[in-house]
Amino acid sequence: MSSAVFSTSAAQGRPFVFDSENDAEVCPQAELFTEARPPQRVVSATFPAAFKDAKLAGITPASRLAVRPAPEMVSSGIAAMDTLTGGLPRGCLTEICGPASSGRSTLMLSALSAATRRGEYCAVVDASDSLDPQSIAAVGIELDRLLWVRCGENSPQAEHRLEQLLRTTDLLLESGGFGIIALDLGDLPPQTARRIPLATWFRFRRAVEPTPTVLLAVERQSIAGSCSSLLIKLGSLKLSTPENQASPTPAHAQLLTEVEITAELVRSRMDRKPVRSAEITFSSKTAWARMKEITR
Amino acid sequence: MPFACIFVPNFPVAAVSRAEPELRALALAIYEGKPPMEKVFAVSESAARMGITPGMTKAQAELCSELTLRPRSLLQESVAHAALLDCAQSFSPCVEDAAADTAILDLAGMESLLGSLLEIARSLFRRSAELGLDGNVAVASNPDAAVLAAHGFSGVTIIPSGKESESLGSLPVEVLFANRCASKESAEKETDQKKESASLLETLDRWGVRNLRALAALPQIALSERLGQEGLRLQQLARGAASRSLAPVETPAVFEEAVELEYPIVLLEPLAFLLNRLLEQICARLASRALNTQELRLTLELESFSFFNQQLSPPLAIDNRQSTICSTRPEQFHRTLSLPLPMLDPKLFLKLLQLDLNAHPPGAPILKIHLAAEPARPRSAQGGLFLPPSPEPEKLELTLARIAGLVGESRVGSLELLDTHRAEGFRMRRFASGTAQKRHAQKNQLRKTLEPAEEKSAIAALRRFRPPLRATVTLENGELVRVVCSKKKKEQGSVLWKAGPWRSSGDWWEREAWSRDEWDIALQNEEGIALYRLVHDLLSGSWFVEGTYD
Repeated sequence: MSSAVFSTSAAQGRPFVFDSENDAEVCPQAELFTEARPPQRVVSATFPAAFKDAKLAGITPASRLAVRPAPEMVSSGIAAMDTLTGGLPRGCLTEICGPASSGRSTLMLSALSAATRRGEYCAVVDASDSLDPQSIAAVGIELDRLLWVRCGENSPQAEHRLEQLLRTTDLLLESGGFGIIALDLGDLPPQTARRIPLATWFRFRRAVEPTPTVLLAVERQSIAGSCSSLLIKLGSLKLSTPENQASPTPAHAQLLTEVEITAELVRSRMDRKPVRSAEITFSSKTAWARMKEITR
Repeated sequence: MPFACIFVPNFPVAAVSRAEPELRALALAIYEGKPPMEKVFAVSESAARMGITPGMTKAQAELCSELTLRPRSLLQESVAHAALLDCAQSFSPCVEDAAADTAILDLAGMESLLGSLLEIARSLFRRSAELGLDGNVAVASNPDAAVLAAHGFSGVTIIPSGKESESLGSLPVEVLFANRCASKESAEKETDQKKESASLLETLDRWGVRNLRALAALPQIALSERLGQEGLRLQQLARGAASRSLAPVETPAVFEEAVELEYPIVLLEPLAFLLNRLLEQICARLASRALNTQELRLTLELESFSFFNQQLSPPLAIDNRQSTICSTRPEQFHRTLSLPLPMLDPKLFLKLLQLDLNAHPPGAPILKIHLAAEPARPRSAQGGLFLPPSPEPEKLELTLARIAGLVGESRVGSLELLDTHRAEGFRMRRFASGTAQKRHAQKNQLRKTLEPAEEKSAIAALRRFRPPLRATVTLENGELVRVVCSKKKKEQGSVLWKAGPWRSSGDWWEREAWSRDEWDIALQNEEGIALYRLVHDLLSGSWFVEGTYD
């Protein structure tokens, strides 16, 4: 007999007394408790065996208990990424990690753009004060809906900036009402970023769980461990231009039009089955290349 | 037509007790005058029981050890008077400012809105108590009868129409002259009135007329022969038969509270305690008029330390304050708290002021605190079930103030792009959740009509280095070969690919002219290949790595 049977009965407030129609199915010793005696909430000596055959309606076996509903997924602003991950989960921590020029800021700004276009307010806690306003405008982020917190004005030490980032994140999570809170740790040295204790990440995760906020962390290496529900790893930049051309194109004739981004879904807690690592490659155009397309 | 009167007895004492509620339980005497000839001007009931009377010298009053003495504060009296008018105007639009301690309301038509006359009177009594003024409230069919009843009876009094003479009969004749003393006349006129009143009282006393019933019973012709028109007027008042219309006052919507301190405050904690009290009083007055506020102005009068300034070196004397210095008068310290939306939460305001004062301390002991609130209509917001989440304005304001305390005021907010091609052509501005909604609705409409369905593709973003990294560039035959950043060893390497230069310049007519060549380069560094933006400042000849494409 499973313990779930006991707990369900207790939860439903059912007394351990059987109806007369169930008496026949109960162990014969239960006949001691006849109608002549006033009904008592007494358990017979053969109680475990009695339950074995008892028909108790409304008891759900533990294996069939409902799972926690999956979080709502919102678009990341990039169709390829939405195909890979299903979007960004609300109420969860998502990590985007990769080296320089891997596309971390591109992904972050695309997600912010999609969120502000949905009418949500977003916040970026910029540990290294590295956001580029022109890029923000080019991506289409509504500037009125983006709160930018620039850490580390008077102190170049990474530890101080980290402390400002963590305290600011606590305040923003407590305030609530943001669609995305992005923590930009991209330029912090990995050894500094790893100093954030796991307990802090757990606290952030617990704080964001009951809210519709997407907590997004952008860093060089994954540092949140199992606290993140979605981990996307971006690959290093690969140059497609051959280096050993006989007559290379002069620099003034070259133009940076697009950058290829390789994204690997390392972990996703949205699916119950363990996810095999999935990879996707897509290109991100520069702002001037995009303008040229639009104006054609 | 019914009229109500609020009268605050012993107004100077009430004004001081309003600013310092802990004095209500003590024996309190108010003195005025120039030292050493200060005299007691007003006393509380408990002080009167101890034998302290108005007119005693301060030195005599100080002999009583259980007595608390306070100087008369005209500032607090004017603030209390403003609170009294606010209280009255929250019940009726037609209010007469009869005296500093008396307000008369026209209650015509108010019964259908506010309930019976008794309910209105009780609400008035409660509201005045909430504003720190323990007053008497009386309702009668004419203003003068209401004033006499408020002066004569404590608590709430309702005089039924037609029963004025009967109700007022037991009041002493002195009550007819009480309103003259507290009226807002010039000192000379006040002295003349006091003399006339004293003479009339003496006459009535010689006749044996002690109360209003006896005065009302006197024959009219004989009274007019002996006391003239003034006597007839007094008889009409005693009978409760005087009839006149109110002279309503249009008070400007000024919500200010102030407190003068006996000893200067040095720490911010006791200042917060006083600010809390002032904020609660201001918010109660605003609430009584169904108003919010969008701006709070704090003025602190600081102890003048011009003497000390001469002794100390300039960096130590004053630090980071918006204040004016005058060696002959006290220094003033101003702070203004602008709110993004009209609000009315004294706890929130206190927290914001505390955070602001922590970031910008006054720097000198405080002698006087003056707080003013700019009134504004309450905001109307229609919530919706399907609207995206947005931060609550009150919580957001507090959060932004706390974040500003961490990172600096100019380091938190939303972006505003400037109309320039200069790099870093932007500025930070205040972030507010409410202002974006209207613009979003307008933009949404525009977007639907002009733009086709969005293509969900990525746009490469730049990550800036602030400040840009100074670089040493190796050129071979005019071509970029190697870039080295001395401050950041990771951002250096051989140039694998380059595009550029693109020249831009501007503001040549200004002092801050700029001219630069930009390159997009790919460097092979320790971690791999990375794309950078390299800038050659043509004016200074320096090279900088401005950012990385990420």
